[in-house]
Amino acid sequence: MLYRIEKRSDISKEKSIGIRALAILLALITSGAFIFLLKLNPIDVYLSMLDGAFGSPYRIRETIITAIPLLITSLGLAIAFKMQFWNIGGEGQILMGAFFASFIALNYPDIPKPILLTLMMIAGILGGGLWALIPAFFKAQWGTNETIVTLMLNYIALKWITFLQYGPWRDPDALGFPKVPNFSPNAILPKVFGVHIGWIIALILVVLVYIFMKHSKKGYEIAVLGESENTARYAGINIKKTILVSIFLSGSIAGLAGMIQASAVSKTLAVSVSGGMGFTAIITTWLAALNPIFILVSSILFAALIRSGSFIQTAFGIPSAAASIIQAMILFFFLGSHFFIKYRITRKTSAKIAQGGE
Amino acid sequence: MLTISFFSAAIIAGTPLLFATLGEILTQKTGNLNLGVEGMMLMGAVMGFLVGFHSGNPFLALLAAMLAGAMGAGIYALLTISLRANQEVSGLALTTFGTGFSSFLGQSLVGQVTPKSISNFFNPIAIPGLSKIPVIGPIFFNHDVFVYFGYLTAILLGIYLYKTQKGLNLRAVGENPGAADAASINVTLYKYVHILLGGALCGLGGAYLSLVYVPAWQENITAGRGWIAVALVIFAVWNPYRALFGAYLFGGLDIIGFRIQGTSIQVSQYLIDMLPYLVTIIVLVFVSFKKSQEHSPPKGLGKPYFREER
Repeated sequence: MLYRIEKRSDISKEKSIGIRALAILLALITSGAFIFLLKLNPIDVYLSMLDGAFGSPYRIRETIITAIPLLITSLGLAIAFKMQFWNIGGEGQILMGAFFASFIALNYPDIPKPILLTLMMIAGILGGGLWALIPAFFKAQWGTNETIVTLMLNYIALKWITFLQYGPWRDPDALGFPKVPNFSPNAILPKVFGVHIGWIIALILVVLVYIFMKHSKKGYEIAVLGESENTARYAGINIKKTILVSIFLSGSIAGLAGMIQASAVSKTLAVSVSGGMGFTAIITTWLAALNPIFILVSSILFAALIRSGSFIQTAFGIPSAAASIIQAMILFFFLGSHFFIKYRITRKTSAKIAQGGE
Repeated sequence: MLTISFFSAAIIAGTPLLFATLGEILTQKTGNLNLGVEGMMLMGAVMGFLVGFHSGNPFLALLAAMLAGAMGAGIYALLTISLRANQEVSGLALTTFGTGFSSFLGQSLVGQVTPKSISNFFNPIAIPGLSKIPVIGPIFFNHDVFVYFGYLTAILLGIYLYKTQKGLNLRAVGENPGAADAASINVTLYKYVHILLGGALCGLGGAYLSLVYVPAWQENITAGRGWIAVALVIFAVWNPYRALFGAYLFGGLDIIGFRIQGTSIQVSQYLIDMLPYLVTIIVLVFVSFKKSQEHSPPKGLGKPYFREER
């Protein structure tokens, strides 16, 4: 072997950012190859995507509206991921948050707006949190694989909402169309600067989650547990309690996103309230290295990708799935780039080989 | 309702699950956890259908499906083995990619039906003699060749893992890569080869859906089966023979909602549809609750192996 891999002792911030930027560039080039296969000019398509996401005040608002649930769910996932708890149940937690909030909205449509919205938020938080407690409990108790349990709970939540939509909660006035009745005006979140108030909630959560993860005792315990269960045990951390509390928090934040989506976007309960955000949030959380501030950036970037995906579908007839290919490419190259940040490949000199290499 | 035709249909519905489960068993035996099964199945499903649709040749279609699955697994292997990336996230990324890849390529195919030449090839063939056995015969031995190939794959994989030197080496890599390396087994090569083969099997599982089971192209044709397969690996305690039982059991759960309509049982179809997912959770909890030495995963599962950090 003429090359050897060695761990870098340190890497300058500029270099590490440079490697990541290169990763994104390579992802765009590789995705461009897919676009080229469709006999289109990738640069035209990328410019048009930019236009589709940020080209007018309306489009910017739409991008922000898409970014809100992504950002909030990502913040929730970051807490779980920090503990190396692979919560991929964001979809289900969003849906159950929306379900709990809708229960309040549909049953008590006439209580005053501030009270009703507060109750809906509490319900949404409880819904998502309790749904996440199921895998957390099994994990804490018997070490059950949380990846699969959280994922299965997504499907169960989805079937549950479908059941409600077609069955007991079906709107009798919808002329046979299977939908849940619309919320009363009291149950709809107000707008600030043309976008529903969810953006303010999301920004507050960025700060709160940042403080929780970096400056609270629980946040520290989560980080220790994520590094090593043994270290956590020797440090006297109550492992079961830490798992339950943090995963409840993780799910409840996603549940709040569900409440916001149901109240402000679909204005009723529908299977579309999650819209794949629980899955996309996994990527945005990981790309941001679980840092709430970076999550804000990655969520806006991916919201732009989602919006522009549907834009180029109409503009070029490109399947909107192109956007998810680009998303995956960015993630692939980011995952790969981590290697070059952590390690350095050096050439062995012939003298070293003569001495026996390592 | 639990008639011979129901059990026979459960075998068919379980076949895509079987291939994907076997593929993931092979992958996990290397010590790598690939959560991209759903993505590889979708890649196999769309490439198998695309090539089958244009060529009309079942062999080319299956080959394409295997290559597509292996290609997905190749991305995963490159990231996790050579570039040492996180296994969970790399698998999830692969699922995202496979989902996008399949709907991107499948866009123009939605609603298209499998060509006649292929559906004829996969007509049920009764095995002479065996199919005449009462009850067992019509349930197990009156199927298309793909189903038989599933039986064969499970048995061959079992023999490979438990009766051959290479299989033993593979298990050593998964249990303790450091020791395997010291015994001059090429750990990296073993991992690459078996992860690629595992991906090819997942691709076949997807192709069964698009070419035989549905048999037409529809968006997101796997509908979570890849994830059920990941759970089935645990259910089958990494044993290919038990995977046969698990896959067909879940095949039965998959079709029960459809079968229950038209009977006197009054339950919403949407609630019945939850069953496979619910049972998966119950099974997982039960398995983790009853942990024992014999039923444990490969010791090195999910842990990266770097020689110089040994």
